[in-house]
Amino acid sequence: MKCQFCDNPATVHVNKYVKASKKMRELHLCEGCARKHNLIPDQPTPHVDLKALLGLLIGPSQAGPGTVADTAALTCPACGLKYGEFRAEGRLGCPGDYDAFKAALEPLLERIHRSQTHAGKAPRTARRAADLADLRRRLAAAVAVEKYEDAARLRDLIRQKEASDEPR
Amino acid sequence: MNLDSLLPNLGEWLRGTGPESDVVVSTRIRLARNLVNYPFTNRATHHQKAEIAGRAKEALVKADLPYKLDYLDISGLSPLDRQFLVERQLISRELAAVLDGPRGVALDGKESVSVMVNEEDHLRLQVLRSGFSLDEAWQDIDRVDDALEARMTYAFHQQFGYLTACPTNVGTGMRASVMLHLPALGLTKQIDKVFRALQKINLAVRGLHGEGSRAFGDLYQISNQVTLGKSEPKILNEIREVLQTILQYERQARAALVKERKQAEQDRVARAIGTLGSATMITSEETMELLSAVRLGIHLNLIDDLPATTVNQLFIHTQAAHLQKLMGQPLDGEERNAARAKYLRSKLRELGSHQR
Repeated sequence: MKCQFCDNPATVHVNKYVKASKKMRELHLCEGCARKHNLIPDQPTPHVDLKALLGLLIGPSQAGPGTVADTAALTCPACGLKYGEFRAEGRLGCPGDYDAFKAALEPLLERIHRSQTHAGKAPRTARRAADLADLRRRLAAAVAVEKYEDAARLRDLIRQKEASDEPR
Repeated sequence: MNLDSLLPNLGEWLRGTGPESDVVVSTRIRLARNLVNYPFTNRATHHQKAEIAGRAKEALVKADLPYKLDYLDISGLSPLDRQFLVERQLISRELAAVLDGPRGVALDGKESVSVMVNEEDHLRLQVLRSGFSLDEAWQDIDRVDDALEARMTYAFHQQFGYLTACPTNVGTGMRASVMLHLPALGLTKQIDKVFRALQKINLAVRGLHGEGSRAFGDLYQISNQVTLGKSEPKILNEIREVLQTILQYERQARAALVKERKQAEQDRVARAIGTLGSATMITSEETMELLSAVRLGIHLNLIDDLPATTVNQLFIHTQAAHLQKLMGQPLDGEERNAARAKYLRSKLRELGSHQR
């Protein structure tokens, strides 16, 4: 029996109930056409090849001509790794790369994680620094609009935090 | 720590208890962490790796935790001991055999906590729990993380979070995974449908031994892909929600099996036990497939004289390194298949004689 869509031998046979006509319909297709019509899955157990995926993600993007060559030459001042080397190997060289390659990494992270900014746990020291920065910003804002009572309260909070969270 | 002392134990993840343990074998959470002022492991010199390992060891051994962590130097372990730790899910294949230079692992006595040093990242913290317990696993690993952070400075970025060697892990550095036994979805050919749905929502499906490994014995690991932009509780919640659906599908499929073809299932389980108990040569793959049928039989109440923990014990003890430790000698492939069959025969006979 031949495939109903092309001339290859039909190896996939489907009985389908068609609601509109209230009839069973028989389909005979070759494997290629069955896949094309999503009748059989591509792979029984899908594995994500992370390396290939990453290669695809960090490969030349559609960002426009010139940008690929520009980012490839970016070099980390701390470890000497070039962005081009990272693209070839898929591994960064040191924590400093995240700042050195920031412009190139942000779109990459967007594609991998659909985000460019961390949300979640932070080390105690980083939490404290972020909290203090936030309080100082609010203090400056309160002073700017002459809300001195709020400012005094924020100043006390900052002092309290600076004193209590000193690293042990 | 003498690794042979672990041999008779099942390890946390194979206790066979815990919530939803009819389907969920175990829960695992890992965190990737790196120290400031050092290159990532792949770019670090031997000297730097030795320094990182020294600092990590000190922090791990002195960590303020309710239990003690023992530090093992991987280069001081025989290939057999390393494989033994891989089979017990305490270290990765990479740490055991691919990477070189100073590296190690710290373990607690219950084999629930392990911290790999100088893997792809300087530190890879891991917590294993039996059954479905994401919350408990998160509480455990969060505490280990805090205890280590008190003694070391992590590479952390205000915008990008915890910095990792591979940008696929940056942010939380967290990979949470649950190991599922899904024989009924496999038998009723619905498993692909489940996987396609999972991939649409950015969860990965893998075989027993992680990336690239085949799903033997109907065991699958489901884990989050995204590590940046979502908090840890949010990621855990997403897995929890999906899992409820998979649990429901698997249990429905099991109920349908019992209802529609109980006799045939009973036969399949009995034949599996028969083969396990009488073969004279058997591969680890065939053992896993047969044990999968037996495990399903136990949860469908088709057999009542075998506890689920026994299946777990047979499962771990028939893997290559465990078998060689049990037999007390190195064995090549053919010898292993014969030794495996011999072990299974004697174990099942032992169990049979207890019952009667």
